[in-house]
Amino acid sequence: MTILARWFGSRFAPDSIPARLRHDPLAIFSFLVVLTLILAAAFAPLLTSRAAEGLGEPNPVEKFAPPSAEHIFGADHLGRDLYARVLFGGRTSLAMGFLVVFVAVLIGTPLGAVAGYAGGWVDEIIMRVTDIALAFPPLLLAITIAAALGPSFTNAAIAIALTWWPWYTRIVRAQVVTLRERPFVESARIMGVNGFTIIVRHLLPNALSPVIVQATLDLGSAILTGAALSFLGLGVQPPTPDWGQLVSTGPLYFPDRWWYVTFPGLAIFAATLAFNLLGDSVQDANT
Amino acid sequence: MAVYLLRRLALAALVIISVSAVTFVVARVIPSDPAALYAGQRPTADQIEAARERLGLDQPLYAQYIRFLGDILQGDLGTSYKTKHPILSDIRTFLPATLELVIVSTLMALLVGVPLGVFAGARRGGGFDQVTRIASIAGVSIPTFWLALIFQLFFFGALKLLPLSSRMSNSVALFNTFPTITGFYLIDSLLAGNLVAWRDAAWHILLPAFTLATYPISLTLRMTRAAMVETLSEKYITAARAQGLPEHDVLFRYALKNAIIPTLTVLGLSFAYSLTGAFLIEVIFSWPGLGKYVTDAVLNVDFPVIVSVTLIVTVFYVFINLIVDIIQAVLDPRVALR
Repeated sequence: MTILARWFGSRFAPDSIPARLRHDPLAIFSFLVVLTLILAAAFAPLLTSRAAEGLGEPNPVEKFAPPSAEHIFGADHLGRDLYARVLFGGRTSLAMGFLVVFVAVLIGTPLGAVAGYAGGWVDEIIMRVTDIALAFPPLLLAITIAAALGPSFTNAAIAIALTWWPWYTRIVRAQVVTLRERPFVESARIMGVNGFTIIVRHLLPNALSPVIVQATLDLGSAILTGAALSFLGLGVQPPTPDWGQLVSTGPLYFPDRWWYVTFPGLAIFAATLAFNLLGDSVQDANT
Repeated sequence: MAVYLLRRLALAALVIISVSAVTFVVARVIPSDPAALYAGQRPTADQIEAARERLGLDQPLYAQYIRFLGDILQGDLGTSYKTKHPILSDIRTFLPATLELVIVSTLMALLVGVPLGVFAGARRGGGFDQVTRIASIAGVSIPTFWLALIFQLFFFGALKLLPLSSRMSNSVALFNTFPTITGFYLIDSLLAGNLVAWRDAAWHILLPAFTLATYPISLTLRMTRAAMVETLSEKYITAARAQGLPEHDVLFRYALKNAIIPTLTVLGLSFAYSLTGAFLIEVIFSWPGLGKYVTDAVLNVDFPVIVSVTLIVTVFYVFINLIVDIIQAVLDPRVALR
């Protein structure tokens, strides 16, 4: 936080949002759920005695063991403990969400900043490309790109991020356009600071807060879309687990082995819901 | 207004052109050897060479693109590797199933989301408002493909109440045939006066349509609520209440009339969105629509199908968004002045 605070300076005031969030019980609850899920994924090997099964090692003796004290989520078609699979699957699914949003911000933010700062034909071109990109049906475009690139974790993340960046371009541009005329930017320009430095040092830090709000709001949908792609077989490939992929194997053993579908799906739901509630609260606190 | 419409039309045209360019890149440029893909599973060297010639891959890229456009404009979308049918005729078969599903789910969203939104907005901050806030956030957070499976477990597996999948039962489809006119089973069976078939089709569409509707229901609920909160603070509502009109009339006859406009816009957009959202649902309910067609194509690396469906659905999507924008601009002229 200290490094962040120093970089953002007092203008961004990163403490102001958390201060308001502290009084919103739903925000605290969803933050705790998010934190738990992230920690559970990070420390997965410490939370199960069956880490090898979580990573994909079969254990045929316990094939389709129903939920019990030994296997709280039951076991899958190869006898692997589903609780361990879900724990390790969280690493992939959560990482997917963060990666998608990160790449989208990385593409969208500089484009928006340049469009807003430069104005004129540069602005016109960037924003029309943005309009066009937004006009594509996102899920279908992601499926098409992922199918063309070949199924893998990285390709799925790239495919989704490619449908996502335009929102950040719009947000950042809108911010930069209003900031551009402010005295501190004006004086920097008069002092001969070049455009790049003005964008990076003066404009971006001030435009960041709505980007953070949007990113928090997007994490839930990013996890959900990532799960959908891996449900279709376009994400990470077995034996590495992923929540969407675990749900997709379940229906093969329907409806007797209900636990196979139920628990991985609950994990997706819990993660998406927690991120969306948190995003909703952050947005509330920011307006 | 005219300027706005022209701008909007130009953008739509630009989008369609970009779609063709993107799908061209996906089909012909990204795959390392499109000819090998085109030739099918385990092709011989001769087959690959023939495919290369047929696709014109020996020509420069721009020439390939022009040819690609030419084929599309003539209605030639190519042939599916798997079904071996012309893709256009496949799409004609599958599109009505998807549209029927999306239309029914949009109607559900309207019938469920709007009244709930009215009640939530009428008692802002009350218990019902709080519950629907969380429920609607849950509605947009729930993975529909998972919800579909859970519904199947519950309504088919446990209660044995609703059918598991497909558009009709085999027995009904065999003995209660009706002519295909629109491709919408609910309409075609009614036109034929075949009530047994209609009942069966309605029974089958219930679960997939409701699953698909969870997202638009949540969206319309939130939108209607927000619009109601705003409208209810207007003076004419206070006047209506002061005149002693029943609360039900105030809410549904006076306030909703104005509050419904933004909701209809959102519903139009979510209709477009559901076209692709339906894909996952179709896979689970073995619903023979475009989504089932394209996801099977993904598994079989059937590129011409993936590309054609992307093209067609995107054109639909752009078209619906265009209509929604125009209606919005007509209803609220401020939109055009943006």
